[in-house]
Amino acid sequence: MVQFTLPKNSKITKGKHHPAPAGAKTVKAFKIYRFDPETGANPRWDTYDVAVDQCGPMVLDAIFHIKNTMDPTLSFRRSCREGVCGSCAMNIGGRNTLACTHAWADVPGEAVQISPLPNMPVLKDLVPDLTLFFAQYASIEPWLQADTPMPQKEWTQSPKDRAKLDGLYECILCACCSTSCPSYWWNGDKYLGPAALLQAYRWLVDSRDEAVGDRLDGLEDPFKLYRCHTIMNCAQVCPKGLNPAKAIAGIKRMLVERVV
Amino acid sequence: MAEATSKGKGGGARPVAPHMQVWRWHVTMAASILTRATGIALYGGAIIAATWFTALMVGPEAFGLIMALLGTWGGKTVLFGLTVSVFYHLAAGLRHLVWDAGAGFQPRTANMTAVAAMAFALVASVVVWALAMQTGAVR
Repeated sequence: MVQFTLPKNSKITKGKHHPAPAGAKTVKAFKIYRFDPETGANPRWDTYDVAVDQCGPMVLDAIFHIKNTMDPTLSFRRSCREGVCGSCAMNIGGRNTLACTHAWADVPGEAVQISPLPNMPVLKDLVPDLTLFFAQYASIEPWLQADTPMPQKEWTQSPKDRAKLDGLYECILCACCSTSCPSYWWNGDKYLGPAALLQAYRWLVDSRDEAVGDRLDGLEDPFKLYRCHTIMNCAQVCPKGLNPAKAIAGIKRMLVERVV
Repeated sequence: MAEATSKGKGGGARPVAPHMQVWRWHVTMAASILTRATGIALYGGAIIAATWFTALMVGPEAFGLIMALLGTWGGKTVLFGLTVSVFYHLAAGLRHLVWDAGAGFQPRTANMTAVAAMAFALVASVVVWALAMQTGAVR
């Protein structure tokens, strides 16, 4: 359901201010969403005045700097720090992106504002609960399905057919796109969302896959697929430059083509 | 997902991360919601048009009344809004037609077509109203 405002327990209160250490030269404010499940208190915006001359260029560097030198209670996910694992996806300056590949100097506004992926249940601070997101990914059966007996050596594919997977296989499942989508905000329990649909298309166009009919049957639903209204937020924010909106249009076209 | 149902350690419902409250809008996002808004406005416009035809059928008195109503500043504002809605919804429909054909999905292109649709709606409405005023259809 459409709900523009936050529920009562999710309203964000004014939090603590952590001043920069004495003698800091270049200071930049970071406004960070904090939620502690132990206290039961509402989430809050904490502000950290970070001595940015002492930390690296990326938002993740600044978050690490805060955790290591200012406030060890700050929780966030991270792993590869080079944009291939998708763990540090968060909302930075009003847009979803990866903290590790986004420079804090490029974030507009006085303070760098950071919150968890939009409209997701929050476990703690910047850590969202992505259980549903991954369940939706599993629901599109993201593996090769074929009735043809397994070939002796390997499933082969022409370079032309392999090229059809470009712009699809690179997805790292960071959830930036799905949680950027207003349709997913309002109907995330029924609409599969851009990430799962991009992956559904990735298997639909794979020349080796033989389950096209079943896959399309599974997607032909007023909510799972057709809640996409081409709002385009997904393609606007994808940190890998992929285009879920285009992939979803591809699925819609395949559904039309099989009946005309 | 709008309702936070999963439970935290303390048993309390988990909060929902801010969405509309923090999002920095894209022009394509505005274009999308404008499509919906103008679509709804055109439902209202259809009712106004039906009322106008009904009044025309009922007789000179009823017709005079609705023409007088539509001729007020309020009426003209609504009619201008409907003109913008018609042109915007038309342009948005064309964007969707191109998308359904599989083109125009690059964010840069989508941004440009979004701005173009908005500009077209405004310019076309102003032109239509200028012509209407020049010919004396609107006074």
